[in-house]
Amino acid sequence: MIQITTSDRYNITAARSLMTSLGAFAAGLLVISIIFLAAGVNPLFAISEIFLGSFGSAYGFKETVTKAIPLILIGAGLTLAFRAKFWNIGAEGQLLMGAIFATWTAQTFGEALPSVLIVPLVFGAGFLGGALWGIIPAILKIKYAINEVITTLMLNYICAEILTMLIVGPWKGKTRFGFPGTDNLPESVILGVIPGSRIHYATLILAVVSAAVLTVVIYKTRFGYEARVVGENPDAGKYAGIDFLKTSLILMAISGGLAGFAGVGEVAGIHHYLGYPASVSSGYGFTAIIVAWLAKLNPLYAIFSGLVFAGIVVGGDAIQISLGLPAATVQIVNGILLIFLIMGDYFLHHKVHIRFGKTN
Amino acid sequence: MKKIQRLEMVDICKSFHGVHANKDINLTVNSGEILGLLGENGAGKTTLMNILYGLYQPDGGQIRINGKPIKISNPVESISHGIGMVHQHFMLVQNHSIIENIALGYKDTPFFFPKIKIRERVKEFSRQFDFRMDLNQKVWQLSAGEQQRVEIIKALLNGADLLILDEPTSVLTPQEIRELIDILRRMKADGHSIIFISHKLDEIMDICDRVTVLQKGQIVGNADTKDMDKQGLARMMVGRDVSFKVDREKLEKGSQVLSVEDIHVTGDKGLPAVKGVSFNLYKNEIFGIAGVAGNGQRELAEAITGIRKIDTGSIRVNGQNITNMSPRKIYDYGVSHVPEERIRFGIAPGLFLYDNAILKQHHLKKFSKRYFLKYNQVKNHAKTIISDFKVSTHSINNQIRNLSGGNIQKLILGREISEQPDLLVASHPTYGLDVGATEFLRQHLLQLRRQGSTVLLFSEDLEEIFELCDRVAVIFAGELMGILEADDQRLCDIGLMMAGSKRVGDNTHLPENNQV
Ligand SMILES: Nc1ncnc2c1ncn2[C@@H]1O[C@H](COP(=O)(O)OP(=O)(O)OP(=O)(O)O)[C@@H](O)[C@H]1O
Ligand SMILES: [Mg+2]
Repeated sequence: MIQITTSDRYNITAARSLMTSLGAFAAGLLVISIIFLAAGVNPLFAISEIFLGSFGSAYGFKETVTKAIPLILIGAGLTLAFRAKFWNIGAEGQLLMGAIFATWTAQTFGEALPSVLIVPLVFGAGFLGGALWGIIPAILKIKYAINEVITTLMLNYICAEILTMLIVGPWKGKTRFGFPGTDNLPESVILGVIPGSRIHYATLILAVVSAAVLTVVIYKTRFGYEARVVGENPDAGKYAGIDFLKTSLILMAISGGLAGFAGVGEVAGIHHYLGYPASVSSGYGFTAIIVAWLAKLNPLYAIFSGLVFAGIVVGGDAIQISLGLPAATVQIVNGILLIFLIMGDYFLHHKVHIRFGKTN
Repeated sequence: MKKIQRLEMVDICKSFHGVHANKDINLTVNSGEILGLLGENGAGKTTLMNILYGLYQPDGGQIRINGKPIKISNPVESISHGIGMVHQHFMLVQNHSIIENIALGYKDTPFFFPKIKIRERVKEFSRQFDFRMDLNQKVWQLSAGEQQRVEIIKALLNGADLLILDEPTSVLTPQEIRELIDILRRMKADGHSIIFISHKLDEIMDICDRVTVLQKGQIVGNADTKDMDKQGLARMMVGRDVSFKVDREKLEKGSQVLSVEDIHVTGDKGLPAVKGVSFNLYKNEIFGIAGVAGNGQRELAEAITGIRKIDTGSIRVNGQNITNMSPRKIYDYGVSHVPEERIRFGIAPGLFLYDNAILKQHHLKKFSKRYFLKYNQVKNHAKTIISDFKVSTHSINNQIRNLSGGNIQKLILGREISEQPDLLVASHPTYGLDVGATEFLRQHLLQLRRQGSTVLLFSEDLEEIFELCDRVAVIFAGELMGILEADDQRLCDIGLMMAGSKRVGDNTHLPENNQV
């Protein structure tokens, strides 16, 4: 008979924590290798292709930074939510709602206003859209005790359908030759890029600044303190007189709002119009969950983990083409890495004892 | 015959962050013997027992069973050697039934139909040691004493010959303590060995054969209890004489601070827990509510401090109606709270000690400025609490979960008391404190009273109640059985009142009826 028991691990050092993350990452790559093997691809080749495709060339690296922008924004916001144990897996929908609000604002006021006014206005609208979509589950959770995992997840689909409805219906552009999608946004709204790349630097700066500010919010402010207490022990939060509704509303407004920023960046920086949900965001809201986790729920680290996962997305796209792998490859890679990172976290905090044979 | 005839721990050392929690510890316990393990908060008792149970690895030293060295690298191994442990804080799964919890921890639980197979064995043990329990009850419905019995059965079923009990009595009612002691005596007669940790010296004197005393991680004494008295034990522990009596001078009653009028409160199980309770408290007094746990004390305390909603009735503090206000508002009106389940409610375990030192006070001006916390002030405040209340920790940058049980209690007490509240609602404030800290706390409560505060003290410890309180109320089944001056002769019947079979009129306080 096999017997498995666990006990808590104490003395967790920073070094051990880092080693565990790296170990989990390595173990994840091992499993991914097996899958590549099964697909008839040399795993070493595939993994090195991913790396070279994303960090190994100037073009690849620029693409990686481009895709890191939404991942850093959303990932940073998620670290706050996850710290308070608010499991927001609706960032994808919050991103899309931000994109919808931004598009409306741009199309309505873009012709009349100069860039210096309209760009901040569009970002503000995107934040508002994401925040509104984010606080719905917060209200449902605190007022009616409805599990936020379900609501945030479902709101993703609702938002995607709303967006689709808009672009095939009322917002369908005259210049799209009957295809779904809005007309291009006015010139004044389009974000500048670093020459020779698609890096819309305004959003990149916003992402890095957001991550830094959020770090201060979590560790230095009253609100950050309350969010951490609630996450550590809700009973203590209640005893300390923390207003759960207020705390959840603020943290979901921030988390959703940052996803909204990401939506603005995608629409005004990359696509320049609002198209199908899957083209606006290639699953950034989900990938960012792993970004937040790899960052150990520290927003500043999300800058680095955002780059890592952007690299995987870009490199994954590269091998899809060069090795003829299916489109789901990147999702599989990401999913496996997330599972291993979460398992790593468990083993960081628990010891597991396994015994074989009969005990007497 | 038992597998463990003699267990020895030899030269055991363990340090955390370079601070010794255990240093060169030698200890022996024989079959059929109860060894008391004593020491101040943070002396290293729990650490030593966690080493024996395989939760921690010692830095050095050896564990021997019947003279033979053994290695214990985890609890599964210690269980297979015949060692069982009941922790300072219980570790049962709240939403599972008793039988499911036992099956979870049992080494021979079959994979299929686990409950059927072990139910018979559990019943057999329950009969042998005279446990009475409905095995299908869910754990969250159980009192602390019942949960503890489940833990003990779990250990016995796994074949524990040596049972470690870490402060088993601090959360039990006097009746439950008597039952536990009976069980332990039966186990002893049966050849089990027991290591018993407690801060209550009377209990130690009562059931232990020998005691080993720790101080700052080292052994400072061993003795047979028959050669010792309570004073001697206390002296061994803290290195000075401890007074078990405090002086409570007479003070004139001040103005009214709290008025509770006919409140009704519903408990966790949806049943009425407080049924029409009324009383008034005044400046410069300590008011005790005595009663067996589970008679509405917790709900009453939570209602006054705002954690639980009141169905009907009203509560006023300094004339201000605070009925059903938020806990924070009530705190701001001058009401502090030392909750009953402090480890559960009073701390955020993974946050630092200084974070926890301001829980509930973080919104006050002196700790926060606009949106920011003033961490310099916060850290200084934490340092003050630590030195005033003698919390032992290597630094304030320590996760609070790393403190010893008693030191966590001290931090919470310090936090709530140091703010000079108008009214302090304290449930069992001396739970888990060592004799020195208990003495200090009692002095401190009396000082609060002298300085014009009011203390509402919930306790099952009648000695404590009589020593500290100016007036005493007895609660039974959610009702007050009477309110009496502490020197009232009728308090001789307090036992009957606590059992609900006697009620006395509150005619010592005629003036009270004139005040509204
Ligand atoms: N995991 C840990 N990390 C750091 N320090 C620890 C850890 N566990 C215990 N300590 C420290 O070791 C010392 C001894 O703690 P221990 O819990 O053994 O005390 P104790 O005698 O059981 O006290 P109490 O009566 O308060 O329960 C304390 O100073 C405590 O802070
Ligand atoms: Mg202890």
